[in-house]
Amino acid sequence: MNGTGSGLRIEGLVVTLSGAPLVGLDARIAPGEVLTLMGPSGVGKSSLLLAMAGFLQPPLATTGRVMVGDLDLMGERAETRRLGLVFQDALLFPHLSVGGNIAFGMAPGGGRKDRHARVEALLDRAGLPGFSRRDPATLSGGERARVALLRAVAAGPRALLLDEPFSRLDPARRADIRAFTFGLAAERGLPTLLVTHDMADAEAAAGPVTHLDGFRKF
Amino acid sequence: MPVLAALALAWPALAGLAGLGWTLVSATTEAAGGGPGGFDRLAAEPGLGLSIWVSLWTGPAAAALSLAIVATIMAAAPQGRSLRWIAGLMAPAMAIPHAAAGFALAFLIAPSGFLIRLTGSFERPPDWLILNDPAGLSLLAGLVLKEVPFLLLMAIAILPQANPERMMQAAIALGHRPGWAFLAAVFPGIYRRIRLPVYAVVAFSGSVVDLAIILGPGTPAPLAPRVLGWLTDPDLSRQGIGAAGALLHLLVTLASLLLWRIGEVIVAAFGRTLLSRGWRGPPDRLVRGAGLGLAGLVTVGLLGGLVVLGLWSVAGPWRFPDPLPQGLTLDRWAEQAGRLAGLGATSLWLALGSAAVSLILAILLLARPRAARLRMLILIPGLIVPQIAFLGGLAVLMLRLGWDGTLISVIAVHVIFVLPYMVFALAGPWQRLDPRHEQVALALGKSPAAAFWRVRLPMLAVPLAFAFALGCAISLSQYLPTLLIGGGRVATLTTEAVALASGGDRRLIGIYALAQTLLPALLLGLALLGPAALFRNRRGLLGGGEA
Repeated sequence: MNGTGSGLRIEGLVVTLSGAPLVGLDARIAPGEVLTLMGPSGVGKSSLLLAMAGFLQPPLATTGRVMVGDLDLMGERAETRRLGLVFQDALLFPHLSVGGNIAFGMAPGGGRKDRHARVEALLDRAGLPGFSRRDPATLSGGERARVALLRAVAAGPRALLLDEPFSRLDPARRADIRAFTFGLAAERGLPTLLVTHDMADAEAAAGPVTHLDGFRKF
Repeated sequence: MPVLAALALAWPALAGLAGLGWTLVSATTEAAGGGPGGFDRLAAEPGLGLSIWVSLWTGPAAAALSLAIVATIMAAAPQGRSLRWIAGLMAPAMAIPHAAAGFALAFLIAPSGFLIRLTGSFERPPDWLILNDPAGLSLLAGLVLKEVPFLLLMAIAILPQANPERMMQAAIALGHRPGWAFLAAVFPGIYRRIRLPVYAVVAFSGSVVDLAIILGPGTPAPLAPRVLGWLTDPDLSRQGIGAAGALLHLLVTLASLLLWRIGEVIVAAFGRTLLSRGWRGPPDRLVRGAGLGLAGLVTVGLLGGLVVLGLWSVAGPWRFPDPLPQGLTLDRWAEQAGRLAGLGATSLWLALGSAAVSLILAILLLARPRAARLRMLILIPGLIVPQIAFLGGLAVLMLRLGWDGTLISVIAVHVIFVLPYMVFALAGPWQRLDPRHEQVALALGKSPAAAFWRVRLPMLAVPLAFAFALGCAISLSQYLPTLLIGGGRVATLTTEAVALASGGDRRLIGIYALAQTLLPALLLGLALLGPAALFRNRRGLLGGGEA
């Protein structure tokens, strides 16, 4: 269900603004590996993630391929790409419980008990046992971040795209959440692309680091 | 000055309480002109059960249908541009008074109406009870036509607070299609923020009088028009029945709100179950098709109906099966011009007066953000309590005090109903304005008053102008308050138009319904175009981005 076996290949991916190239990336991410993208703000790191997830709006556009095995995800609709996108804000759905949020993206089917058990297992893994019925509004920032990651993982993604997921967290808690995030990605064999401007994130990810400068504008 | 402001702000709640109190007195005591046993005599009225039933279910049904249509339209066009386009189309629809919308629909769907003529397959009007059907379906359709634009505008106004773009991206990345992603991830957040307007729709729809007279079932009529009939019966002994009926209506409205609350709980539980099972929703093509179709149906229902109204108002001879009149003439307009001018002037004074007072009160309310509880107390009489429940009592009370039948007293009562909608229209822009703009002014050495008058109010000129015009439109559409508080001496385009309903002179109805629509449409157009001309060199004020 999870992971890709052969990893994620990003081939000549370029984000363009009204046709002019803005930022580009070539990379190969093995299952369970974390590639960290660093660069100054405004260089288009987040646009790259949104492009991969299929959310760019004109005048922004993309060329290039994002391959999983023989499948080019750029030819797929956003909802069938199955890329686990996690933002800076947890963006938990306020009208659903913690468990409801996690089950929201799980493939339909399976008995109620079975689905519930899968949610519980994920929450246990995150150190949040018994949180299933909680209102997301009552969670701490770190707990929310964990639930957002669980929600992405529960949907059975081919890869994880993390857009500065730790930047809003209390610095004292960051180490914990980082360890949990990268541990879960490794366990599930998920190729992971991490966008950040915090060097400590890159060190904790212990994977390759790419510095983005964008294309020269002149 | 503060005392005066406090009194003015307390007015809606005071008037509501006084009206209800007097209604209670006249339903139970002889001294008030009613007579004891009002409730017993009410219970003996024929067909009371049916009247109650229609009044009970139309509110929740109209709200549910309207809300479903709004959700589908928004899900079909979740992106900014098309939604702004729809909002631009719906804003003028807000200006159409209920009575005019009712006539417009009636002229379209009646057995001798435009749609049947278009089919060309009837020699004489078919013997169908489409209008005034006993089940109340045409009344329901008229209500939905009017409430969809209202709820849609409310929803679009608070949309940014629901963080729609990111929430949809989160849901789509989890494998949900865009249309369903909107319904499942964004719409619940919208609903939470427009609950008060939705509850107002439930209460209003079940207790509306003018639309019920035009479109509702006849024998028995819904409870609200029947209560009006008893209250205004020349036989004074029937006023006791009316007072008892008014109180009964309060209970019926409370019951329909309770029904809505129960429905809320059921839908929420059902929705949560669906979502936790990972249900992927209907295909996007279906959502988009339904949204476009429904938006089109509402637009055609309102605008098409208005065109037919206009056509009737200038029609020469127009026999039944003909889809178009044999000739056009302005004779009837010319014949009515004098009366129209007089009625229009009265209507306009009432609208300008009540909108001006309400604008000041709305600003006073919004400038004190901590008084949210208090705000509810002030808005509830105009939103949740059915008009018919307290206006009868209030009218008698004002008569005894000698305050009835003047423009001032009608304006005062219009304010009760205009104010809530102005607060709705202003609350969003008011809260969204970055307070640092005023802080900058203070730091530059301006007084708080100067910061308020010279920074905040000018920056909100566009929403203030829109709210003022909306307030005028609400006032112009008021039927029951004008009729009861005016004591028959204050006639407006709306009271005249509704009075024509039973007559059946389509040309006359067309003229009055159209005149009734033109006035608010003109004001709304001025409110939208005026600031655009005034601030043509200040794009930041026109919603073109934060300055």
